[in-house]
Amino acid sequence: MGMEGIGARVARKEDKRFLTGKGRYTDDMVVPGMKYAYFVRSPHAHAKITGINVSAAKAMPGVIDVLDGKQLQADGIGNLICGWMIHSKDGSPMKMGAWRPLAVDTVRYVGDAIAIVVADSVAEARDAAEVVTVDYEELPAVITSVAALEAGAPQIHPEAPGNLIFDWQIGDGAATDKAIAEAAHVTEIEILNNRLSPNPMEPRAALGVYDEAEDHYTCYTTSQNPHVARLVMSAFYNVAPENKLRVIAPDVGGGFGSKIYIYPEEIVCLWASKKTGVPVKWTSDRTEAFLTDAHGRDHVSKVKMAFDKNHRIIGLKVDTIANLGAYMSLFSSAVPTYLYATLLSGQYAIPAIHANVRTVYTNTVPVDAYRGAGRPEATYLLERTMEVAARELGVSPAELRRKNFIRSFPYQTPVIMNYDAGDYDASLTAAMDAADWNGFPARRAEAEGRGKKRGIGMSCYIEACGIAPSQAVGSLGAGVGLWESAEVRVNAVGTIEVLTGSHSHGQGHETTFAQLVADRLGVPLASVNIVHGDTDKVQMGMGTYGSRSGAVGMSAIVKALDKVEMKAKKIAAHLMEADESDIVIENGELKVAGTDKTLPWFQVALAAYTAHNLPSGMEPGLKETAFYDPSNFTFPAGCYIAEVEIDPDTGKTEIIQFVAADDFGNIINPMIVEGQVHGGLAQGIGQALLEEVRYDEVSGQLLTASYMDYAMPRADDLPSFKLSHQNTPCPSNPLGIKGCGEAGAIGSPPALINAITDAIGVEITMPATPLKVWQALQSAEPRMAAE
Amino acid sequence: MYDTNYHRASSVEEAVKLRSSQDEARYLSGGMTLIATMKQRLAAPSDLVDLRHVASMKGISVEGRKVRIGAATTHAEVASSSALRAVCPAICHLAGMIGDPHVRHMGTIGGSVANNDPAADYPSAVLALNATVVTDRREISADDYFQGMFDTALEEGELITAITFEAPEKAGYAKFPNPASRYALTGVFVAKSGSGVRVAVTGAGSNGVFRVKDLEAALLANWSAESVSSVTVDASQMMEDMHATPDYRANLVKVMAKRAVQAAG
Ligand SMILES: Cc1cc2nc3c(=O)[nH]c(=O)nc-3n(C[C@H](O)[C@H](O)[C@H](O)COP(=O)(O)OP(=O)(O)OC[C@H]3O[C@@H](n4cnc5c(N)ncnc54)[C@H](O)[C@@H]3O)c2cc1C
Repeated sequence: MGMEGIGARVARKEDKRFLTGKGRYTDDMVVPGMKYAYFVRSPHAHAKITGINVSAAKAMPGVIDVLDGKQLQADGIGNLICGWMIHSKDGSPMKMGAWRPLAVDTVRYVGDAIAIVVADSVAEARDAAEVVTVDYEELPAVITSVAALEAGAPQIHPEAPGNLIFDWQIGDGAATDKAIAEAAHVTEIEILNNRLSPNPMEPRAALGVYDEAEDHYTCYTTSQNPHVARLVMSAFYNVAPENKLRVIAPDVGGGFGSKIYIYPEEIVCLWASKKTGVPVKWTSDRTEAFLTDAHGRDHVSKVKMAFDKNHRIIGLKVDTIANLGAYMSLFSSAVPTYLYATLLSGQYAIPAIHANVRTVYTNTVPVDAYRGAGRPEATYLLERTMEVAARELGVSPAELRRKNFIRSFPYQTPVIMNYDAGDYDASLTAAMDAADWNGFPARRAEAEGRGKKRGIGMSCYIEACGIAPSQAVGSLGAGVGLWESAEVRVNAVGTIEVLTGSHSHGQGHETTFAQLVADRLGVPLASVNIVHGDTDKVQMGMGTYGSRSGAVGMSAIVKALDKVEMKAKKIAAHLMEADESDIVIENGELKVAGTDKTLPWFQVALAAYTAHNLPSGMEPGLKETAFYDPSNFTFPAGCYIAEVEIDPDTGKTEIIQFVAADDFGNIINPMIVEGQVHGGLAQGIGQALLEEVRYDEVSGQLLTASYMDYAMPRADDLPSFKLSHQNTPCPSNPLGIKGCGEAGAIGSPPALINAITDAIGVEITMPATPLKVWQALQSAEPRMAAE
Repeated sequence: MYDTNYHRASSVEEAVKLRSSQDEARYLSGGMTLIATMKQRLAAPSDLVDLRHVASMKGISVEGRKVRIGAATTHAEVASSSALRAVCPAICHLAGMIGDPHVRHMGTIGGSVANNDPAADYPSAVLALNATVVTDRREISADDYFQGMFDTALEEGELITAITFEAPEKAGYAKFPNPASRYALTGVFVAKSGSGVRVAVTGAGSNGVFRVKDLEAALLANWSAESVSSVTVDASQMMEDMHATPDYRANLVKVMAKRAVQAAG
């Protein structure tokens, strides 16, 4: 591997910048004449706007202009869109209601943007926003997905009668019903997946700069995919043609999915910059982030899992209602369908699966992909069901899983996915060994002696990463292709720039991508720079989400490197008068195999640019571009085990140990992979124990609008994790990478809830707060109340 | 935040004078509550009178068992005071659990007691220790001082200069933190002294910090964790919010009272 190449534990190149406060985020950008925006937002969950009066606001000190949705509409700025078409089972297309970047006649959630104030300072913009008067005619609101489907529920969009966006299905309903009818045992369970707020450390921000002389726009923004933002803003929102719009996503402090989407604010800032003639900057505050960043999860499901007399699963039937909030966000329709139900086979051979998914509008912030996106929901559902089934059947949870594991590959599931490689038993065994599973009964007895309740639980997850083959996703309704691009630009002195369409917002691409190049060419890591996040610098690319940057983004770099190497070898062969097929690249040199003839890398690069002596007909220069379209998803998988101890007096759960045994395929930088797993586990543990977005179900006010009420995991909520890898290389991409960015958040919640329910002996929903655990214990053992 | 004028007082007299010279002036101590409220535009004082440079309001003195904590003393100073630890370790323990290190190095006992947040830690100690709230104009006993959520006996412009108390024989504090804010979901301070036993509860009551007379009686009869078990805590007096039900809080009062007694030894 070498000290800096593939597999090396290299410290992140970007750490110094980030740890010393030298990162450059959107809010750090300063351009001449820049002014500040503040958005007027709806205080109501559902209301008609009967009038907007901005005259007092316009007269406030420092105010440049106040602009509303009518003006935006008059200028031809389009509605926000959902970019993935889903058809209901009756063949009808999903029913997308209009989402105006600034609401014109109706507001549909608390925080819906209505007008923008541009002023000399944020404080002045905010002062003026407070005197914009909006007249509302309040309408009844509906908050939960189940209530939204009830007869007589408030109607949110005229386009979607009964608030139903689509009623979709996948799999074979008849075969699944037959399996259930013939089963020796059926486990039935209702599963709630709690609604989460993504909470990246850096809140969203946008700076719109309009250059009148060039009729050109620049948008600095907190985006995970600047090219997609440019494409969508020009093709759908009519902000500007693509060649007149530059999108820059500089350092971005975490996204977790919430920065994939194009939100109203960046569109409005660009438009407002043209309207006012000044650059316009907006930065979300934390409460605004809770109110307006796309939330995640929020599923309600009913499950039936059928077993034969040998405890083999013969059928799985799932009925899910997914809350998409007040508007359909960019990928919202894909999350509870193709990113969710296609994973319902888990690690198990299940001959018949059927899932029905209804998505609904509610008067809440839009819901879209959040770390894991659909796969945590599928994993939680399956792994909780497996656990409950094992308890009902009286068998060990490990044995029930082992009995049903898929063991030969490739494996075609009944729900589209074709698993290419894996060894589920290896991870299960490694996790049980690491957790000393067999020693648990003694530990439980010891804890009982101290008046504590111990429990242990596992979760065997699989996910689909590296999204995704463009043709496949196109046939399923995606509006875009999900390939990736790379340009490898060798400078005349041999240093290298890699322009990638992936976007790093905490993943460490500047290090891992450089390691790949260092490994291939034997050049020092320091001579490789990764360039990303600017549509003027980098060729079209699809960005970073769905753990795709390694599997798809790096594969594009491999393809570009192949071309660079081929040309470099031709030049070297020419210069050393050898046969091209005899040239090898090693330790930064091009060598003629079996001889002592060598040329250092930089000399070959220089030769390419001086062009004094190139093979005849060869173009000068050494720079190649490649686009890589994956042939399959990748399938990271693993087994997580949580052991918890519960204080029955308070209901508080302490995590005694947490074991993660993962198969990520080949690993470029183990330290970065561990960091990704740690972060994912923290978010998964947050979902299981602490986090939940709560709205008042009558007024629709967000109750968890700050960290006073929204419980984020802190360091002392988490144990020290025990990690290991049982890697089977991915056969479908050149580096054998599967992806690791989301696994922690996907696999951990069911392991924790399985452990907690093991400890307390009754079912519980997430988040398993001390209050809920205590209440569950009271209902299980009423005498404890009096104690 | 709205515009405001900043003043730095160097004596109690100057602070009171600056405060009374403007209708909408406020004292500023650690700012950990007030500045956050101003940033959210929930408070808009015209003038801020900074108390942190008034020498007579800072520091801790212990003479025999008589304790005086200046109102502008930070939580971190209380948490780390060895003189205080020698006579009343429970209050050091309490201060060390407030917020995070940033908050503890800015926030002050005077600010906390003046603010009387129903989930703040200090009010339970002040009430259980039968402390005296010393102001620029009088001395107020703890029982008279706390009058409900965010409500105190302080008059308009009255300045807390110190908290004084007689160190108890034994005292203990146990806190069950709110999982989100880490303020007290329920915190119980118990103190035993020659004049009796006092038990004060914060975070749980529907009307701010309060004493539990039944627990006091039980502990006076028998100072032990077991004697807490026999007492019934009335859930109807407890606060209800998204983080806890009255029943759960009533349960926590007992559990934390036991732990506080155990900690007191
Ligand atoms: C992140 C965070 C976490 C926290 N966690 C906790 C916790 O776990 N437990 C807890 O108890 N508290 C907690 N706090 C609150 C903290 O303890 C504050 O320090 C305290 O509530 C207020 O003290 P202060 O000195 O900052 O007062 P300030 O914010 O300066 O003032 C508060 C109020 O008191 C008035 N005031 C201040 N001093 C005086 C005085 N001497 N006389 C009269 N009036 C005065 C002010 O005018 C203002 O109205 C937390 C705060 C933060 C920001």
